[in-house]
Amino acid sequence: MTGPDQTGNDQTGSSAASHCRSIVELGPQRVRHLLELTDHMAEVNRRPNPKVPALRSRTVCNIFFEDSTRTRLSFEMAARRLSADTMTFSVGQSSLNKGESLRDTIETLAAMGVDAFVVRHRSSGVPWAISRWTDAAVVNAGDGWHAHPTQALLDCHTLMSELSGSSPRRADLAGIKIAIVGDIKHSRVARSGIAAFEMLGAEVIAVAPRTLIPPHFSTPVTQDLDTILPEIDALYLLRMQSERMSGALVPDLSEYTMRFGLTPERVQRMNDNVVVMHPGPMNRGVEITVDPAELPRSVITKQVTTGIAVRMAVLFELLGSGAAQAAPETSTEVGFESQMEEL
Amino acid sequence: MRPPRKEEMNPTKQVLGPDDVQRAATRMAHEIIERNRGLDDLVVIGIQTGGVWLAELLGSEIARIQHRVPVGSIDASLYRDDIGLRPVSPGAVSAIPSDVNGAVVVLVDDVLFTGRTVRAALDALSDYGRPRVVQLAVMVDRGHRELPIRPDYIGKNLPTSSTETVLVSASGVEISG
Amino acid sequence: MSILINGGRIIDQTGERVADVRVDQGLIIEVAPGLTPDPDEVVLEARDCVISPGFVDLHTHLREPGHEEAETIESGSRAAALGGYTAVIAMPNTNPAQDSVAVVEFVRAQGRAAGLCEVIPSGCITIGRAGAQLAPFAELAAVGVRIFTDDGTGVQDPLLMRRALEYAGDLDIVLAQHCEVARLTEGAVMHEGECCSHLGLPGWPAVAEEIMVSRDIDLVRLTGTPMHFLHLSTARSVGLVRAAKAEGLPITAEVTPHHLSLSDEMLMGFDPTFKVNPPLRTRADIDALKAGLADGTIDALATDHAPHTQASKELPLDQAPPGMLGLQTALGVALTHLDLPLAEILAVLSWKPAAIAGIADRHGRPVQVGEPANLTVIDPHQVWRVVPGSLASRSRNTPYAGMDLTGRVRHTLFNGVPVVIEGVPQK
Repeated sequence: MTGPDQTGNDQTGSSAASHCRSIVELGPQRVRHLLELTDHMAEVNRRPNPKVPALRSRTVCNIFFEDSTRTRLSFEMAARRLSADTMTFSVGQSSLNKGESLRDTIETLAAMGVDAFVVRHRSSGVPWAISRWTDAAVVNAGDGWHAHPTQALLDCHTLMSELSGSSPRRADLAGIKIAIVGDIKHSRVARSGIAAFEMLGAEVIAVAPRTLIPPHFSTPVTQDLDTILPEIDALYLLRMQSERMSGALVPDLSEYTMRFGLTPERVQRMNDNVVVMHPGPMNRGVEITVDPAELPRSVITKQVTTGIAVRMAVLFELLGSGAAQAAPETSTEVGFESQMEEL
Repeated sequence: MRPPRKEEMNPTKQVLGPDDVQRAATRMAHEIIERNRGLDDLVVIGIQTGGVWLAELLGSEIARIQHRVPVGSIDASLYRDDIGLRPVSPGAVSAIPSDVNGAVVVLVDDVLFTGRTVRAALDALSDYGRPRVVQLAVMVDRGHRELPIRPDYIGKNLPTSSTETVLVSASGVEISG
Repeated sequence: MSILINGGRIIDQTGERVADVRVDQGLIIEVAPGLTPDPDEVVLEARDCVISPGFVDLHTHLREPGHEEAETIESGSRAAALGGYTAVIAMPNTNPAQDSVAVVEFVRAQGRAAGLCEVIPSGCITIGRAGAQLAPFAELAAVGVRIFTDDGTGVQDPLLMRRALEYAGDLDIVLAQHCEVARLTEGAVMHEGECCSHLGLPGWPAVAEEIMVSRDIDLVRLTGTPMHFLHLSTARSVGLVRAAKAEGLPITAEVTPHHLSLSDEMLMGFDPTFKVNPPLRTRADIDALKAGLADGTIDALATDHAPHTQASKELPLDQAPPGMLGLQTALGVALTHLDLPLAEILAVLSWKPAAIAGIADRHGRPVQVGEPANLTVIDPHQVWRVVPGSLASRSRNTPYAGMDLTGRVRHTLFNGVPVVIEGVPQK
């Protein structure tokens, strides 16, 4: 008996290799390759003219079924720095409920000649559904609680660079101990981050109440942040959302801060060289009650910068490595954004 | 069973030995010095990845003969017009050692073939600034140009068929296929 | 005009024998080896095939009235006949729900009009399956309803369930429970296990089923009213039922073909075709369900045939409705995945569910002279590939698309009428 295999290949024949949907699906080899390409793209971004013609005549379509200005802008900037044309299809929650078919939307956009879809959706798995309906590459910009692979790649790249100081970027995270703190159960950032950190050899420990840990979770878990603080090399704080209070997941936010927040007292207990990370946007006063600017080694802003290089690397890997795409020479096009609110 | 001899699978002919390569580099260094008297604002930039060792060799020859000049590398893979046909060489990050605005840049590659790599490197270079002059140095010019590009300094002119492979390194030049 | 089933081997509850079967006027009139075909007789070839009492499905969603875009009683009946079924119990989660004589009679009449198998409506336990007020059991029983269920949801309120069992006590009906504590499965998409943890989907924990199985076993002990458990899916549920039966409680249980053959790993590609309620479980659960079927803890193989339109199955996984087609693949899946003697597989497809449904007077009868001719002729060795588009259902949501199954229905006789000949529906 056959069925979809664990690598995520589906029956339509579009293989996992032509998408960037999850860290697990990318696998260690592609993760390392993408991190190397990110070095490359970071160098491009440091130039006086941070733009290259690599993806001229390719079209990248951002479809965000869930609002995220930060991630969307990061992908748009990445696509434009590679000279791709970009389109943005934004869908509010309201029009999702009009019963319009996701498949129709995708097929319509694909018919316009989209080479890659960058997709954000509140339901886990939507990037897989989309890749059943189109030949275009699919980049997962966050699906439900499931995956956010470009965030994980940028987290890894930022952490590796930071830990390497002025030396060339280290190739893995072997021997590095990372505490990831907060609502892991409902977090795609955590799922992808943990998968990538562990893939690169880091020791990850999840810090959260049992209510915020996924059932049957394979990563070590503790509720005692204070005990592990002196042992860790990096502290990854997740965003704590107030709607978690209603489901009896945590009693209240101040208790959460008391047990799991980065407070001035905890900063004192921590080594000075612990790298502090956060995917943003921060809930100041909840998961962090100190000014990150006052931390000795916060890389929160650097994460955002690296995000562009990582997304350039992902788009280039997907659209610049297929033999089918020997693009004809065309005069330089500037990517104009087409806003299509309704199709 | 005896493994097949290398020549049987892929007949290879050495056309230059290590000494020939070294001699050619020394000659090219002299030509560069002669053409660019005083070496003011001269930068030697190897095209990733095949041109980098030769740029370093030319740099050290120039330093030995005259004085030290900046040596760097440039990756042209994001500027190619045949993206997808060749993989990007990972880790081949551009390292431009000094401001190229107003400089005399000697671009260096191991083999000059269609000219497309050089074209891409010229585009890449222009994103770092506007050199006063760009010159081109190659160890082997094998012909079959597809673009109007011509080298200023040549180690060896090597007539080839377009299906042959030319392999250039410090230890020699081999032709096969 | 009579019909001769020629050259087959009969397997029924009385045993196994090689014999030809002659059918006339809806009845079996002759069973003997080497019968000679009459010149004007319809001869159904059965060489290397098995003649079995027709199959009975305790759990079929025919979607009419209310969701005819997914299935109609006619299209579902055709799928049933092709799957070897001569009787199906129509689940009551239609719109309107089967909680009144009018709706029940409508379903039965539509089934009769289709004429492909007997469509036997079930009734709701509560009005509108809303879990608040009891449906009129006696009125519905009087028009032939025997199985009552709120399938799709379980009866959450323990007091209401107790009252239902007490009230049903003297009506010779069976209450059938969909075991799911709703509060524990809010938003659930798939089995709560390692896969679901990796995929970032809300989980459907095994305990949500087991708590209700356990509660209802206690309520059966308290009231003495028989009860049937629908689509058991977990290892512990099997254990609970096994213990209850050992105690002598009047409990029966069913399992679906998909819970015996597919695990939660099928969801790794996020394909809503594999979303079903209760969800696909682990390989360990599959093994326990197979063991339960083998030792008689589980009485019946029931399809939970649940058609859904392509559009609804193309929604994101968390929004897509749960359910899979089952009628045409049940036999093949059973023969492909179960390591049981053929007679035991036919028992759980035919005469054991017929007894639970209270239709053993006309379905799942031994293949003997004088019995109603509800018969299925199967080729247990035929290998065939499941092609969704060639199934009779209006929907396409089979989880076995592209898979090869061994064992297929060749002919089906319903009340003596050959409704399927050589795998082709006759109407």
